[in-house]
Amino acid sequence: MRYHKPTSFTDASAIAAAAPGTLRFLAGGTDVLVQMRAGMVQPDDLIDLKHIPDVGEIRQTADGGWRIGIAVPGVVLGAHEGLKRDWPGVVEGMNLVGSTQVQGRATLAGNLCNGSPAADSVPGMIAAGARVEVTGPKGSREIAVEQIPAGPGKTNLTKGELISAILLPPRGKNGGDAYLRFIPRTEMDIAVVGCAVNLRLDVDKIIEARVALGAVAPTVILSEAAARAIIGTTLDASALQALTSAAEAGAKPISDKRGTAEFRTEVVGVLARRAAKIAYDRAKGQGK
Amino acid sequence: MTKIHVTTTVNGDPAEFLADPRETLLDALRDQLGLTGTKEGCGTGDCGACSVIVDGVLVCSCLMLAAEAEGKTVETIEGMAGEELHPLQRQFIEHAALQCGFCTPGILVAAKALLERNPDPTDTEIRYWLAGNLCRCTGYDKIIRAVQDAAAEMRGAA
Ligand SMILES: Cc1cc2nc3c(=O)[nH]c(=O)nc-3n(C[C@H](O)[C@H](O)[C@H](O)COP(=O)(O)OP(=O)(O)OC[C@H]3O[C@@H](n4cnc5c(N)ncnc54)[C@H](O)[C@@H]3O)c2cc1C
Ligand code: FES
Ligand code: FES
Repeated sequence: MRYHKPTSFTDASAIAAAAPGTLRFLAGGTDVLVQMRAGMVQPDDLIDLKHIPDVGEIRQTADGGWRIGIAVPGVVLGAHEGLKRDWPGVVEGMNLVGSTQVQGRATLAGNLCNGSPAADSVPGMIAAGARVEVTGPKGSREIAVEQIPAGPGKTNLTKGELISAILLPPRGKNGGDAYLRFIPRTEMDIAVVGCAVNLRLDVDKIIEARVALGAVAPTVILSEAAARAIIGTTLDASALQALTSAAEAGAKPISDKRGTAEFRTEVVGVLARRAAKIAYDRAKGQGK
Repeated sequence: MTKIHVTTTVNGDPAEFLADPRETLLDALRDQLGLTGTKEGCGTGDCGACSVIVDGVLVCSCLMLAAEAEGKTVETIEGMAGEELHPLQRQFIEHAALQCGFCTPGILVAAKALLERNPDPTDTEIRYWLAGNLCRCTGYDKIIRAVQDAAAEMRGAA
């Protein structure tokens, strides 16, 4: 295995584009090292991204959004007051990943590019309308987070492409977001179901919403029907009912050892309801 | 296979070794530097027996390549006691917060990292912080009590 330490995204992309065999990028390594150890993946080339300048930085952009470096670990996100104030749902999703030790290393970009449908930070990013900057052999471009996952363990990035930054939009006024997952214990488990809701209010009425569902399809999905169910409402009982039905209808889960399809379908409705209420309270300035 | 020359600081002392590119920090600590206090339970980030502190951050040394330790400061269980045992170590003995002891170095290192950030944690905060440290013997209660008493002792001393 060749271990590379490029100092720019252009160089990282060039090494990746020229790599003849199995290639992995190394951010926090909490997926890559486990897969190497299990013999699932034996990279011929491993490109450590942590020597590229600014990959550990979180910066507010001119428009009030956020640019998060691809090597920022969960522990740093969780300690960032500005980010927690603007996007608590995104931060709480990432902070659910693994143990204290895993939080010391694991990144948003790694969680996204590992391609798990149960990745805990991905619904929050999608609901927030986050985008990623992708650098490749032809330069860099910006795409929506929901365009990245292609299926379990697969992304739509092409050879030589990698994520060079995570971009969160400006929070703006009267907005709130939240992520919830169901696991059979309180810590250290993989989401059986996850759901993130992001919304904006005009006084009491929801005027914008995005709802993302995790672990109920081959990729995390953005449910437009679930969002439509609450837009224009005050999140009253009938809106919550409509949201539940839309989330259930959007779920296309499998049955496995962690939960049956029926169970997942029911839980996604419950989580959508609860996450929407938290997001609503946060938008009202009443949440934590 | 070409080896990678790694220069780090381990428990305050400079350390140098040649690492296989695939070698983990855990293997380098144990097999190259002879620091066998750091244990391997799972090798996949689940048990915390391999916990060390790298540049002030608690990590699993099984989830980090030795090559990634270049230029970093690593703290292991071997660096915990000075002339005398650390209050955490003493309280673990006092409370019999260990049986086989395999999980203990990792738990001590993790608990030390907690108390540096939060000198007065609640039981719940200790349990969440240590959720990635598995113990097959003690049932955890004694561990929580030992950490609480060490914290109280350290607050008193400060
Ligand atoms: C004990 C344990 C518990 C865990 N618990 C959870 C959990 O509760 N929830 C959860 O969602 N996950 C969990 N994980 C999985 C893992 O920690 C997360 O997916 C983590 O966010 C991965 O980030 P990383 O930086 O460590 O990725 P890495 O392992 O460095 O990389 C992961 C993948 O992403 C690719 N990659 C990394 N960075 C980039 C980039 N910039 N551009 C393109 N590709 C890139 C790599 O090639 C690789 O395929 C757990 C893992 C462990 C070991
Ligand atoms: S050996 Fe590293 S977590 Fe188990
Ligand atoms: S004392 Fe045996 S594993 Fe903890």
